[in-house]
Amino acid sequence: MAEALLTVEGVSRRFGGLLAVGAVSLIAAEGRITALIGPNGAGKTTMFALISGFLKPSDGSVRFGGDNVTGEPAHRLARRGIARTFQIVQPFAGLTVRENIRVGAHLRHAGRAAALAAAEAVAREVGLAGLLDAPADSLTVAGRKRLELAKALATEPKLLLLDEVLAGLNPSEIRDIIPVIRGLRDRGITILMIEHVMQAVMSLAEHVYVLAEGRIIATGTPAEVACDPVVIEAYLGHGAAKRLARAP
Amino acid sequence: MRSFVPIAIVVAALAVVPLLVHSNVVLNFLVVALMIALAGQGWNILGGYGGQYSFGHAIFFGTGAYVTAILQVKFGVNAWLAFGTGIAAGAVVGVVVGWLAFRAGLRGSYFALVTLAFAEVLRILASVTPITGAGVGTLLKLDLRFAALQFESRAVFYWLILALVAVALIVTYAVERSRFGAWLTAVRENEDAARALGVDAVAVKLGAMVISGAITAAAGCFYSQYFLFVDSHIAYGAWISVEALLTPIIGGAGTIFGPLVGALVVKALGEGALLVTGQAPGLDLVVFGIVLIAVVGLAPRGLVGLRAQLAARWRRARAGEASRG
Repeated sequence: MAEALLTVEGVSRRFGGLLAVGAVSLIAAEGRITALIGPNGAGKTTMFALISGFLKPSDGSVRFGGDNVTGEPAHRLARRGIARTFQIVQPFAGLTVRENIRVGAHLRHAGRAAALAAAEAVAREVGLAGLLDAPADSLTVAGRKRLELAKALATEPKLLLLDEVLAGLNPSEIRDIIPVIRGLRDRGITILMIEHVMQAVMSLAEHVYVLAEGRIIATGTPAEVACDPVVIEAYLGHGAAKRLARAP
Repeated sequence: MRSFVPIAIVVAALAVVPLLVHSNVVLNFLVVALMIALAGQGWNILGGYGGQYSFGHAIFFGTGAYVTAILQVKFGVNAWLAFGTGIAAGAVVGVVVGWLAFRAGLRGSYFALVTLAFAEVLRILASVTPITGAGVGTLLKLDLRFAALQFESRAVFYWLILALVAVALIVTYAVERSRFGAWLTAVRENEDAARALGVDAVAVKLGAMVISGAITAAAGCFYSQYFLFVDSHIAYGAWISVEALLTPIIGGAGTIFGPLVGALVVKALGEGALLVTGQAPGLDLVVFGIVLIAVVGLAPRGLVGLRAQLAARWRRARAGEASRG
């Protein structure tokens, strides 16, 4: 097993009386793609918010590259090399694609020219090169997802948190973007992804965590997890695994 | 705007006006319009580029005006030094107000209300505190010497305020192109997305507060030197808060020339209305209101943005004709 870049240990988060995530532990191994799956409302996006500094854990610790980063604010974690995308895309709507990506690029490049050049390179990598001067709010859903990815990539992250970047895309758009994500992994970026599109999880992820009702209920390779009765029941309801096994 | 050239052309064109026009009425009008433009340029950094709509920029204008006046009258400080200290005081007040408001996470209308409240509190304090001259106000001694920053000729005052406006134009241009400016507009467009990209939103907004406060304070410093009198209604009154935000919004918030264009247009219309109706009090405010409604309705990007808007419409019309013909 490769070294852990991100180690989450026993992290909990309460909202008043509601326990959104309870004592979750997970590891994102360096240079690998790890997936976090689970039914709606399982607490996946809350986990991302806790890891990326948008929420503070009520309990537990987050370690990144050997440092304890529990409770650090989002902008400082970004500086350390944690970038995230948002499930509901968050473009800077009044700016062009180029200006959007430039904001991310400025984290590592102080100068305007250097940041703009870096932004262009990132746009080429995610397939937005032709749309650099288009206003961000004129993009299609697929374009906005790519922009979301490009902004995060422009910060030159070590760890990339992808929150459902494939949701809302049609099958051919999904086929187009999967190689892009694999390409990122190949050049050394560690990826932790939340995904509902199982086709993508099966083909991309090396390790999968299954979150349900705020707890990790299963972990393993995609193939192991997919036939785990506990996971099937979490998605399809109590007794579903048995009924499936009986079915011809 | 890709370079300093447009700024240089506009400033040079404005600079020759006193050589051609000798009417004190006209020069006085332009001096006041440029002073309002300067106050608006301060607002534009924070509100136009940063999206933090302040309803209380009188905080800075009044601080600049009072510091300039009090330092000279009560402490015998040199006028130039007092002027510079007034600008610095605006920056400091910007940090204090910004720290209190942004640390508390105030955004949007809450931020607007807090700035309005600060301006009102300062106005009331200034109207009762002895050091500001309380209700009587502070009168500066007439002393028409260069060392006292007072000039016999209106033209020199005009060039002084024009120089300040020019500096503010250059500062705005530098902000627009810099990393700080990119972060500032990112915060305006979407604060959470900006934070995810490593932008320290509180620090960026504080920085905007400092620049904004210093520029608007400079307008206040100039007011004291030009009119040689300041009281709490002038310094911290709602009138300047309103004009500081109206001029950039009408001219084009978040553009380099927006506040300048807005101030000249609004002031010209206001003066015109007063002339036509024989000084009916408050009519200039009615004109402001009508212009604001017209601009927000017809040209949401302001008069500067209107040009681009019309050009785009014209191109579409031409394209339509071409395809028909």
